[in-house]
Amino acid sequence: MNEILQGYNFAYLDEQTKRMLRRALLKAVAIPGHQIPFGSREMPLPYGWGTGGIQVTAAVLGPNDVLKVIDQGADDTTNAVSIRRFFAKTAGVATTTDTATATIIQTRHRIPEFPLSENQILVYQVPQPEPLSKLEPSRGETRRMHALAEYGSMHVRLYEDITRFGHVAISYDYPVMVGGRYLMAPSPIPAFDNPKLHMMPALQLFGAGREKRIYAIPPYTNVRSLDFDDHPFCAGRAPHPCGLCGSETSYLDEVVVDNKGGRLFVCSDTDYCETRRAAGHVGADA
Amino acid sequence: MAYVAVKGGERAIDNAHAWLAEERRGDLGISAIGLAQITEQLGRSVDRVMAEGSVYDTDLAALAIKQSQGDLIEAAFLLRAYRTTLPRFAIAEPVDTANMLIRRRISAVYKDLPGGQILGPTYDYTHRLLDFALAAGTVPPPAAEAIAPEAAMPRVADILGQEGLIEAHTDDGREPGDLTREPLRFPATRDVRLQALARGDEGFLLAMGYSTQRGYGGSHPFVGELRVGDCNIEITPPEIGFAIDIGDVMLTECALVNQFAGSKTVPPQFTSGYGLTFGHAERKAMGMALVDRAMRAEELGEDANAPAQNIEFMLYHSDNIEATGFVEHLKLPHYVDFQSELETIRRMRAETGQ
Amino acid sequence: MIADDSLIAARNLSLHFGSIPALVDVSVDLWPGEVLAVVGESGSGKTTLLNVLSGRMRPDEGVVWYRDPAGSLADVHTMPAPALRALHRSDWGFVQQDPRAALRMAVTAGGNVGERLMAQGARHYGNIRAEAIDWLRQVEIDENRVDDLPRNFSGGMLQRLQIARTLVTHPRLVFMDEPTGGLDVSVQARLLDLIRSLVARLNLAAVLVTHDLSVARLLAHRIVVMQRGVAVETGLTDQVLDDPQHPYTQLLVSSVLQA
Repeated sequence: MNEILQGYNFAYLDEQTKRMLRRALLKAVAIPGHQIPFGSREMPLPYGWGTGGIQVTAAVLGPNDVLKVIDQGADDTTNAVSIRRFFAKTAGVATTTDTATATIIQTRHRIPEFPLSENQILVYQVPQPEPLSKLEPSRGETRRMHALAEYGSMHVRLYEDITRFGHVAISYDYPVMVGGRYLMAPSPIPAFDNPKLHMMPALQLFGAGREKRIYAIPPYTNVRSLDFDDHPFCAGRAPHPCGLCGSETSYLDEVVVDNKGGRLFVCSDTDYCETRRAAGHVGADA
Repeated sequence: MAYVAVKGGERAIDNAHAWLAEERRGDLGISAIGLAQITEQLGRSVDRVMAEGSVYDTDLAALAIKQSQGDLIEAAFLLRAYRTTLPRFAIAEPVDTANMLIRRRISAVYKDLPGGQILGPTYDYTHRLLDFALAAGTVPPPAAEAIAPEAAMPRVADILGQEGLIEAHTDDGREPGDLTREPLRFPATRDVRLQALARGDEGFLLAMGYSTQRGYGGSHPFVGELRVGDCNIEITPPEIGFAIDIGDVMLTECALVNQFAGSKTVPPQFTSGYGLTFGHAERKAMGMALVDRAMRAEELGEDANAPAQNIEFMLYHSDNIEATGFVEHLKLPHYVDFQSELETIRRMRAETGQ
Repeated sequence: MIADDSLIAARNLSLHFGSIPALVDVSVDLWPGEVLAVVGESGSGKTTLLNVLSGRMRPDEGVVWYRDPAGSLADVHTMPAPALRALHRSDWGFVQQDPRAALRMAVTAGGNVGERLMAQGARHYGNIRAEAIDWLRQVEIDENRVDDLPRNFSGGMLQRLQIARTLVTHPRLVFMDEPTGGLDVSVQARLLDLIRSLVARLNLAAVLVTHDLSVARLLAHRIVVMQRGVAVETGLTDQVLDDPQHPYTQLLVSSVLQA
C-alpha cells in the first residue's frame, strides 16, 4: 500500500465530479462509439498528457482495484510512471505491471498483447477524439456528420491514399466503425492493434480531457477498420522476431544501437516480453 | 550482443525534479525571493496569473510564480489545478463596476466627463528608458496624494445609453454558463464567450484584437472607457437572505464603442465590445473587448470571415493551459506511432523499387 | 391539384426577405425527364425558387411535394433532415455556378466523382474507380486525368467534372444554377451541347436557373419567367419566347434580340 496524499478525495476528484463522469460513461456505453461531451476538470497534469484517461480512471477506480498504466506499451515510460504514481498517491490503490492481474489498465498508444478478459477495463488516453477533424475542422459540422452518418468523405480519404500510394497510408489512429453506426478514432494506437478492438471481452473507455469528450466500446462489440472490399484492412509490424523474447507476432519497437545502421527490434509491450522470457523464450539479442 | 531494455523511468523523474528544485532556488549565496516581494513588486505578473488561473488570491499567485520560476503560463496552470479542488460556497452577486473605487479611469471619446479623467498608476507616457537607478535600489519619492472624489463616476456606456445612442443590454434572467463545470457547446452564448475570454491568454487576445484593427474583421473601435479599481464582492447566503460584503477585488474593465448598426426602421445605435479581467491588466481587457466585439459580427448582421470573428476558432484556441498542454505533449514518447509510420514508408518505398 | 405523374409539385410558395418579396404565390410543376428553365433578371427570385424547390431554403408559405421513386409524395420541407440529405446525395443532384465551391479541390478527379458512390456505401475501390473513369469519359474528360487534382483543370473542365460528380449516382432530378455562367462563349457552347445530350440520354428532369434566354431555348422544354418574385408567365419554351404574352417577358425577349 502507498502513502495517500492528505487533503484530497479518493482518486483526487470529488464525488460529485465522479458522478458526472459516470453519467457520461453510462451514456457512452449506451451509444457505442458516440462522443459524449463532459465537464472535464482541470487536472494537476497538463492537457494532452492523459487528463481524459485519468478522469475516466478516477471515476471507475475502487479501493480494491489493481491498476496498470502503460505508455507506448511499456510500464516504465516516464508518463506511465507519473500517472501510476498519481493514483498510488491519491487513491492508495495497488498497482501492477502484470497485465493479467490488473483490473484497470490505463493506456496511451497501445493495446496489450495478452488478450484481456471480461473482468478488466481498458482506459485509453485520447488526444483527438474527432475522427473527422482532419477533414473538417468545425466541430459543429462534424457533429452533424455523425448525426447523419455521413462518412463518405472519410472513404474519399482512403480512396485518395490508394490512388496515390497503392494502399491506405494511415499507420495509427486508424478510423473504425463501431457497431455499424459511429465512426470512431481509436486513439493513436498503431493500426496493428485495431483488430483487438473487435469483440474485445473487456470494457473499453476513451477519455479526451482537453477536448472534453468521453466514448466507449462495450464488451463484445463489432468494431471494423475502414477499408475497401478489394483493399482489405491490413496492418503490419516490423518483419522481425523480438530480439529479447523471440516473439514473431508482437508489435515491435525499433531501437537504434549504433551509428552504422544497427537496429534492434524488441517488444513494445514490456510485460508481454518479460513474461515470455520468464517462461524460457529467448531472442537472438538477449 | 546482449541488450538490456531501458529501465528507470521512476528514478529519472525523481532526479529530474530534484535538479529542477535546485535550479529554481539558484545560487544559495543570494537570498530567496519571498512571496511578499512578489505580490508587492511583481504585481502585474500576479494579476495576469490570477486572471488566467481563474483564482483571485495574490498569495497563491505569488507562490505559483515562485514555484514556476516566473513562467506565468505554468503559474496559471498551477492555480487552475488547485482551483479544481476547491469547494464552492456561494455564487457572488453581479459586480457593479459603476461603484468601483477608482484608481484609474480614462475615456477616449469625451474630453471631460463626470468624475473626470484619472490617469492613475500607468506606464502610458513613461519614456521607455531603462532606469539604472532602479537597479541600484533607489527609493522613489512619495507620489502626490489627493482625496478621492465623492462624486459618482458613471460609466461612459451609461452616459451614451441615456440618449439611446448605444445598444442596451438587459438581463434576460438566464443563469450565466460556467465553462469550469460544463463543456463548451455551440452556438456559445455571449456570457460563456466572455468567461472563456476572461480566462484566455493575454498574448492570444492581444494578437487577435490587433488583427481586427489591421482589417481582419474591423469594427471601428473607440475606447469608451477604461477603468481600474477595487470592487466589492457580495454574496447572499440563503440562511441570511441579504447580501454581505466578503472583500474587494481589483478589476480592469474596458468598454468599447464600436460602429453603429441599424436600418431605415431601426434607429442606428453604437455597438459595444466588452472586456473585464482580474487585476490591473489593460492590454488584456482591451484585447478582450476587441475580440468580444469581433465575435458578435454574425449577431449584428455583419460578414464574419475574419479569424477573430470565428467564434468556434476563437474559443477553442484562447485557453493557454489547453494550448500549452497539447503543444508540449508532442514531447511525450510517440515511438509506437512513429514505428508504424516507419513500416508504412518502408513498405511503400520497397513497392516503388527504391 | 397534383398530377399523378409529376416529379415536383410546388404550390403557393411565398418568401420575404425583410420587406422584400422574393417569392409571391409561386406554383410550379415538373415532370420526369422534363427540363424547366427559370428565367429573369438578377433579383427576380429565380435562385430563391431553386433553393426553395430543393429544400435548401424554407418558404414562409406554400409547400413543395416530391414524388420518390416508389411513387409516394413527400413534403420537402417537413421531411427529416437525414432524409433530405440522403435525397441530395442520391436521387437529386445540384450543379452550382462555381464548380470550385462544389468540388474538393485537394482531391483527385476520380475521388471527386467517386464520393457520392462511397457516401451511398460503395466499398470496392476498383469498381468506384472504373465508374469514375466511365463518367469522366461521358463528360469528355480524358481518362488519364482521373488521378489529377482539379486545381489544374480549366473552367470548362471543372464544370464538366462537377456534372460527372453529380450524375454518378444516376439522379432523376438535377438542380442547375447558371451552370454556364462565367465561362467563355465557345466553352459555354460545348458545355450546353454536353448537358443537352446527357439530359436527353439519361432522361433527367432538371430545374435550370439562367438569366440567358438562349440557354433556356437550347435546353428547356418549358419556361417560368420571374419578375420581383412573381411567376409572370409559364409555358412551352418556344411558345413563351416566340410569342411572349406578359409585357415583362416581351421586354426580356426584345432586349435579347437587340443585344
